[in-house]
Amino acid sequence: MNKEKINKYSYWNANLKIVSILLSIWFISSFGAGIIFSDFLDKIKIGGFELGFWFAQQGSIIIFVLLIVIYCFLMNRLDKKFEVSED
Amino acid sequence: MDVQLLTYIIVGAAFALYIAIALWSRASSTGEFYVAGGGVHPIANGMATAADWMSAASFISMAGIISFMGRDGSVYLMGWTGGYVLLALLLAPYLRKFGKFTVPDFIGDRYYSNIARLVAVICLIFISFTYIAGQMRGVGIVFSRFLEVDINTGVIIGMAIVFIYAVLGGMKGITYTQVAQYCVLIFAYMVPAIFISILMTGNPIPQLGFGSKLLSEDIYLLDKLNQVLNDIGFNSYTEFKKSKIDIFCITAALMIGTAGLPHVIVRFFTVPRVKDARTSAGWALLFIAILYLTAPAVSSFARLNFINTIDNTAYTDTPNWFKNWEDIGLISWTDKNKDGIIQYRSGNALEKNKPQFTSERGQYNQRLVLNNPISNENEIYIDRDIMVLANPEIAKLPNWVIALVAAGALAAALSTAAGLLLVISSAVSHDLMKKTLKPSITEKQELLLARISAATAIIIAGIFGIYPPAFVAQVVAFAFGLAAASIFPAIVMGIFSKRMNKYGAIFGMLSGLIFTASYIVFFKFVSPEYNVSEYWLFGISPEGIGVIGMILNFLVAIIISSFSKQPPIEVYEIVDNIRMPEEK
Repeated sequence: MNKEKINKYSYWNANLKIVSILLSIWFISSFGAGIIFSDFLDKIKIGGFELGFWFAQQGSIIIFVLLIVIYCFLMNRLDKKFEVSED
Repeated sequence: MDVQLLTYIIVGAAFALYIAIALWSRASSTGEFYVAGGGVHPIANGMATAADWMSAASFISMAGIISFMGRDGSVYLMGWTGGYVLLALLLAPYLRKFGKFTVPDFIGDRYYSNIARLVAVICLIFISFTYIAGQMRGVGIVFSRFLEVDINTGVIIGMAIVFIYAVLGGMKGITYTQVAQYCVLIFAYMVPAIFISILMTGNPIPQLGFGSKLLSEDIYLLDKLNQVLNDIGFNSYTEFKKSKIDIFCITAALMIGTAGLPHVIVRFFTVPRVKDARTSAGWALLFIAILYLTAPAVSSFARLNFINTIDNTAYTDTPNWFKNWEDIGLISWTDKNKDGIIQYRSGNALEKNKPQFTSERGQYNQRLVLNNPISNENEIYIDRDIMVLANPEIAKLPNWVIALVAAGALAAALSTAAGLLLVISSAVSHDLMKKTLKPSITEKQELLLARISAATAIIIAGIFGIYPPAFVAQVVAFAFGLAAASIFPAIVMGIFSKRMNKYGAIFGMLSGLIFTASYIVFFKFVSPEYNVSEYWLFGISPEGIGVIGMILNFLVAIIISSFSKQPPIEVYEIVDNIRMPEEK
């Protein structure tokens, strides 16, 4: 394999790693905290919110926004590292 | 000033603004018409995506639905936002790098097959028309209630406006009008929410307000709401009523469907670079989240306010908004115990649920209905769609706020309709004509064709609005289910698997599509009497079945492609190319 190919291969792997970690958090915060474990989390109350309810109607959405922000940051860094950024 | 006049002024000013923007940003090439020349700033694209995404359903219906579904309504909140994470991480950057005009473009090129392109075009047109029908109903409701013109005139005015900026401006015109429409709609959504939050809890931030204590009593708002609902025979607001597996699948189907909706995906073709596609998805979700985080607060405020205002009130003492909505036919009251006082309880008040009004008035001047009453204590029918529109009136907010909400609802409906129309027109002129049937047409002819198909689509949409098909609400599940089961898997595999070939993709899409469509058609149209959980596959309702369709699509595609010929070498190059941001 030549150098360019190795570079391409490790860029793509690093990308897949970032995507899978972020998607796991995506799954845990929405399907996990908002649905599967909600009965357990509902026993904890913060202000007027049962925690499971809060995750389903507020928390998961806030985490979604943060995930995309983190993704942009990590990918821009990765693009620079592998010198594939467009600018 | 009265509401009527204020509404005319605010809605009129907003419409003038949209048209001015449209004239300023006319499209002169197919590139500008389909993807705004690929030069839209990521923040502007984020706002436009948000306006495109937040339809009449998000603006008008969602908070109302959650208001009545309580915790089960979370499926819409998570479902319609979580899809953007999938979009940003799995689709947007790669499709931008691919760099053509439409979703069928990608599917056709990646799977080196015009059949695959055609299947994608069919899914896309079906999904988009389903969606538009819903927007037109929204436009109709707003016009008939706030501008007091009849629904047909309202729909025609709305269509005329969309016609001007979609047909002239194409994607370029639509994008910049949507930026303006986003500002109008989010302002219109937030103002009443903030007012009501202050009135009820003293907290100006609605997201915190609905977790706070009431001003009137020393009790948390949500606890009070549960208590009031239990007192009149409803389940608690904060508890699930549907089964968890169903909640899980509906949420997943909505999320994946969102990521597979063509009018959303195509927005990421409009930004200059791959990097901008990622950033722009982030901005879009942030702008969407502002509304989606507010909606559940509005829902709980509205439910509590509604019960407090209506239950145990003499009909003659009800506020004006109650009678106005009754006149339009979205509220009805049947005095079952003949005491002249409204009793709001759980259960349907009337047989067949929706009231059929007679032309007569009763003893208290209430409208009478033909339906037989059901023998329970509930005397009220209320259409969920009115909660957001009526909310400022229920909370007795100033008239300009009410007028603003009308303008916001129209902005939401029109921006989404325009985005959808553009997707339909590009599917016809670009994918069907230029790429499949008649590749010899010039760019000028293609642009003309795009305008003609946009105009035709507007007229069809207008007909939907004037003669709304009775099944509008029923088919919304269709749009998301089909997008989840057909388009999403085909694109994801096209990017993440080099080995996926055209046979796998075509049979995958078809099996996902046919399975999901037959399941929905069976339970929604053929045998609605079986539409209860005992008969559902794994206890999954038609709304959530798209997830199973998607899994089926993936399985069929992987099995078939592993037994058939590898894709040609050019396809490996396409995939390699879209995976790397820099130009090669």
